[in-house]
Amino acid sequence: MEYIIILIAAVFVNNIVLSQFLGICPFLGVSKKVSTSVGMSGAVLFVMTLATLVTYLLHQYVLLPAGLDYLRTITFILVIAALVQMVEIMLKKISPPLYQALGVFLPLITTNCAVLGVAILALGLENTSLLKAVFFAIANSIGFALALIVFASIREKLELADIPKGMQGVPINLLVAGLLSLAFLGFTGLV
Amino acid sequence: MAEQLSQKQNFLKGIIKDNPVFVMLLGMCPTLGVTSSAFNGLGMGIATLFVLLMSNIVVSIFKSQIPSKVRIPAFIVIIASFVTIVEMVLEAFIPFLYEQLGIFIPLIVVNCLILGRAEAFASKNTVISSVVDALGMGIGFTIALTLLGAVREILGNGSLFDFKMVSEDANTLILFILPPGAFIALAYLSAMFNKVSAKIK
Repeated sequence: MEYIIILIAAVFVNNIVLSQFLGICPFLGVSKKVSTSVGMSGAVLFVMTLATLVTYLLHQYVLLPAGLDYLRTITFILVIAALVQMVEIMLKKISPPLYQALGVFLPLITTNCAVLGVAILALGLENTSLLKAVFFAIANSIGFALALIVFASIREKLELADIPKGMQGVPINLLVAGLLSLAFLGFTGLV
Repeated sequence: MAEQLSQKQNFLKGIIKDNPVFVMLLGMCPTLGVTSSAFNGLGMGIATLFVLLMSNIVVSIFKSQIPSKVRIPAFIVIIASFVTIVEMVLEAFIPFLYEQLGIFIPLIVVNCLILGRAEAFASKNTVISSVVDALGMGIGFTIALTLLGAVREILGNGSLFDFKMVSEDANTLILFILPPGAFIALAYLSAMFNKVSAKIK
């Protein structure tokens, strides 16, 4: 039951993009086409889960016992950067088709604040455990995927719309994101 | 050296022509996430300005020592060190702001504005022009965040820098304090910014 609540909270109520504002750069940047947004979501799911797993273990068994808690930010970002690099090399070797699909997005993920954000937030969960932290990461990446893909589908339709000159480009996209966020606000109080 | 900008132009470009928020869309996460009041926006802007300034200085000093293959991890370590300093200083001296900004303080590390300036400017230019660049960009970022925070605070709470402008029981547009308001306010601000900067040109 607890896990269902985490899932619903992460996907709908506290959606990582639309209500916590993490990962806005890829949200605005790679949402032109539905196909690329699906690829980006896959890459984020992969890296976010792996990164949370590794950083959680590192924090619990290395940083905390050694009293180096204040080095959290610097170690986490290094681990994530190294991890992304490693995943890229391994995917190239093991599964070329998957690399073809996700390859372009992997370097972008190092500076995706959603990954670092979720790794840090996972440490602050109630009676956090390894399983819970990893589940939290998966739930959040589903939330990210939902927001990104819905937004991309709306943007594809917007191509055909007649938008006033001053609102073209960035402003209209932000406005759409605002309305989407407003819709997700309706889920408040669900859990 | 393609074209040597004068230091004054170098400074001003960060505020208007290449404004990080309205024009280049860098660092959007903190821009939207912490601007529920003008004070938070100002605090975040200054914290980012400090990290940007220090990392630009360090990167431009060591630019010839850092091998180009590992430059990105090297930049990230430099930035992360200064972010850790900011985190500790805020926690010790301004706990109120530390609570308000929360997760977004460690996330200054992944603010693409800072890494972007280190990569695009500080690693190619002298210390002096990197300082000027960091000040221009940082102040441009701070102005944008404070402006967005002010608009949201006035509309959503009827106050500015915690100074109440309407009576206590007046109805305000709560929407603007909530997440959707961030997107909507920034959408109209950037539309206005485009309009005004097109006029100036």
